[in-house]
Amino acid sequence: MAENEKDIDEHSGVETTGHTWDGIKELNNPLPRWWLITWYICIAISIVYMVLMPAWPGIHGYTKGLRNHSERANVAAAMADLEAGRNETLKKLLLVESVGDIEQDSELLQLSMAAGASLFGDNCATCHGSGGQGFVGYPNLIDDDWLWGGTFAAIQQTLQHGVRADDPETRINLMLAYGRDGMLPREQISDLVEYVTSLSGGEADAQAVARAAPIFAQNCASCHGADGKGIQAQGAPNLTDAIWLYGGERKNIRETLQNGRGGVMPAWTSRLSDEQIVALAVYVHSLGGGE
Amino acid sequence: MSQHMIDRNEGGGEIAVIGALLGVGVLWALTTAARTVDPLMQVHAFIFLAAFVLGGIALGAQVYSGTDANRSDYQFGVVKAGVIATMFWGIAGFLVGVLIASQLAFPNLLYFDNLPWTNFGRLRPLHTSAVIFAFGGNALMATSFYVVQRTSRTRLAGGMWPWFVFWGYQLFIVIAATGYLMGVTQSKEYAEPEWYTDIWLTIVWVSYLLVFLGTIWKRKEPHIYVANWFYLAFIITVAMLHIVNNLAVPVSLTDTKSYSLFSGVQDALTQWWYGHNAVGFFLTAGFLGIMYYFIPKRAERPIYSYRLSIVHFWSLIFIYIWAGPHHLHYTALPEWAQTLGMTFSIMLWMPSWGGMINGLMTLSGAWDKLRTDPVLRMMVVSVAFYGMSTFEGPLMAIRSVNSLSHYTDWTIGHVHSGALGWVGYISFGAVYCLVPWLWNRRGLYSKALVEWHFWISTLGILLYITSMWVSGVMQGLMWRAYNSFGFLEYSFVETVEAMHPYYMIRALGGAMFLTGALIMVYNLWRTARGDVCEKELTPQHTGEDAGVPGGVAAPARMGA
Repeated sequence: MAENEKDIDEHSGVETTGHTWDGIKELNNPLPRWWLITWYICIAISIVYMVLMPAWPGIHGYTKGLRNHSERANVAAAMADLEAGRNETLKKLLLVESVGDIEQDSELLQLSMAAGASLFGDNCATCHGSGGQGFVGYPNLIDDDWLWGGTFAAIQQTLQHGVRADDPETRINLMLAYGRDGMLPREQISDLVEYVTSLSGGEADAQAVARAAPIFAQNCASCHGADGKGIQAQGAPNLTDAIWLYGGERKNIRETLQNGRGGVMPAWTSRLSDEQIVALAVYVHSLGGGE
Repeated sequence: MSQHMIDRNEGGGEIAVIGALLGVGVLWALTTAARTVDPLMQVHAFIFLAAFVLGGIALGAQVYSGTDANRSDYQFGVVKAGVIATMFWGIAGFLVGVLIASQLAFPNLLYFDNLPWTNFGRLRPLHTSAVIFAFGGNALMATSFYVVQRTSRTRLAGGMWPWFVFWGYQLFIVIAATGYLMGVTQSKEYAEPEWYTDIWLTIVWVSYLLVFLGTIWKRKEPHIYVANWFYLAFIITVAMLHIVNNLAVPVSLTDTKSYSLFSGVQDALTQWWYGHNAVGFFLTAGFLGIMYYFIPKRAERPIYSYRLSIVHFWSLIFIYIWAGPHHLHYTALPEWAQTLGMTFSIMLWMPSWGGMINGLMTLSGAWDKLRTDPVLRMMVVSVAFYGMSTFEGPLMAIRSVNSLSHYTDWTIGHVHSGALGWVGYISFGAVYCLVPWLWNRRGLYSKALVEWHFWISTLGILLYITSMWVSGVMQGLMWRAYNSFGFLEYSFVETVEAMHPYYMIRALGGAMFLTGALIMVYNLWRTARGDVCEKELTPQHTGEDAGVPGGVAAPARMGA
């Protein structure tokens, strides 16, 4: 095609630029008006925003903008506000005589439940489950089976000082590794597995149970009680209620007897305030089987 | 038509250079494999070694057979290879995507205590790199090599160099992917490969740039076609982004680990300057190059506005490069930088839409073809998704919107409307065009299968992005919900539980997208074999097929 002849597109009647690449031509349409106007508006909005807000860096700092806005200061103030508000209301929890007063007072109860649920989700749900239902090795908090007691005071103490935690007043107990440490021979452990199974009503080899009775009395009864019902003061679980922290099948029981157990719960005093621990204790107490 | 009158290409001088490069590579790989105490480095050194030796053998065979030197026809062999690689990596990347989407819905899926390879953390970069760099990258290389030749009316420059670029890039993909699985990563999103992989990619990428520039340099057209501006902007800017963001000091020259030159918020800003412009120049500018060739070609209509293409090209590349800080709103990044990131994102909206307007308006006079040509429809829907996600992007870059959307699934939905809709569909459209052209077929094996592909994957995309919008907004609202006492309403795990149904819908959407792509691969394979679906052999169809662009702009005799 000659350079100086106009090439008009038949369909639109618009002139092309006159070039062809592999059969492709380009129309000489102007910029769409709405497009250009919208773009100018976007640029205008942006310039106004830059004038109002911190925007351009310089050698010594940056342009602060007409509104003198500082997100950092705003966040710090908002956080301080929130903390102050929360702490003010939470302090009321420390003023009451006993937990019963909190549970009687609907405002305090609602406050503890709201704070407790939030604290539980952030700190406890990882191990105990979002509903407090627990997992294998992590106690269920919504049944009425408590290792260290389910009274408000007992829960509060567990929260404050933990179990086998890095805390001078932490709760400590010990399920010994009877097999691994050679304290009981393999046959006696097998007999004990049958005995423990029978305690919670499971079907067990009667002869083995009979053989294990004196072994249980000698080695286990000091913590779990002669009847196997456990002793909360020592954190020794009840073996007769068919509620199992580490599983109640024979292989789980054997594993426990062989290698012992020693779960850990952190002490929360270093991370949570006294008010927060009270709120959390009220919340956990309410979850199910608070005593 | 003077397509056969392309001048003679340069001789075989490049073979000595490539051979020398491979020789140095072999020496390096051998020394590294022998000296390293890092078992992962050893694996990679052996992969490099095997690749360099194979490359040497292939080069030798080429010299021995004496073919390909002084050829004057188009170099379409490397384009064919690129099309095959595009679909191969595409399927691999989509498959891993469906897998990790399922893992998010069902966390125990493929979780093995002693096998870290199948963990979400290792598979996620495998997915992102496979779809962006392996699928998208090969689509860009293949189409750019095709388009630059056709619109410059000249053979690719550099003789064997295009093949070096192609195989070098595949080697980069293999090294990166095996690295992710083994746990080799520098933990920069979309830039995970370690220092030695980055150096290799730099060599390959600079070769790519030189091949592309060389071809434009010896073009037989007076002007450079707009698609080539976009390709060139993509190649140059990605080189710059890649080099700067990956500046690092290796622990030792025989160790995989390195430490970034940047730290703290400077590192974060460099990373998002890179990450955002990887979206801007890899996934936007590059694919606009595809759009600017394949849509007018397929629709057989001229580009709507030359002036618009100039204005939106320069404004796009000037403004995009500033917008990265919007990824770091409400972080330690100084507020002034956040302001600039946000305002430049707003000003970027119309320049982005310039490409959409030029793509859609090119259809004027050919809208009826959307009814009969599912390939063209796919590309037009792609441009519509492009328009949608380039509106959503500036919207999400506004600080107050971002305070809700940031870190939520909304971002994932936004990315996938661009990735599946725009990048995926424009690439599929281009490949549907290219396969009959390259393999000298009159048309595709089956148009009906393209329809199936189109509708299954469009439904899949819609399921994907709508479920992520809902779950993202829900997630953001749940995170910020306070009760009247000033405590958070929901714990984190509650928000995770709430997202479970949406994660299942997302995985289903992804599986549908994958299904569509598998249908496409079958269709392409039958097309390349020269089959034509018997059911579609009606007189009406044969008439229509003859009107497919392959027949109109009669392609030059296909090169090897």
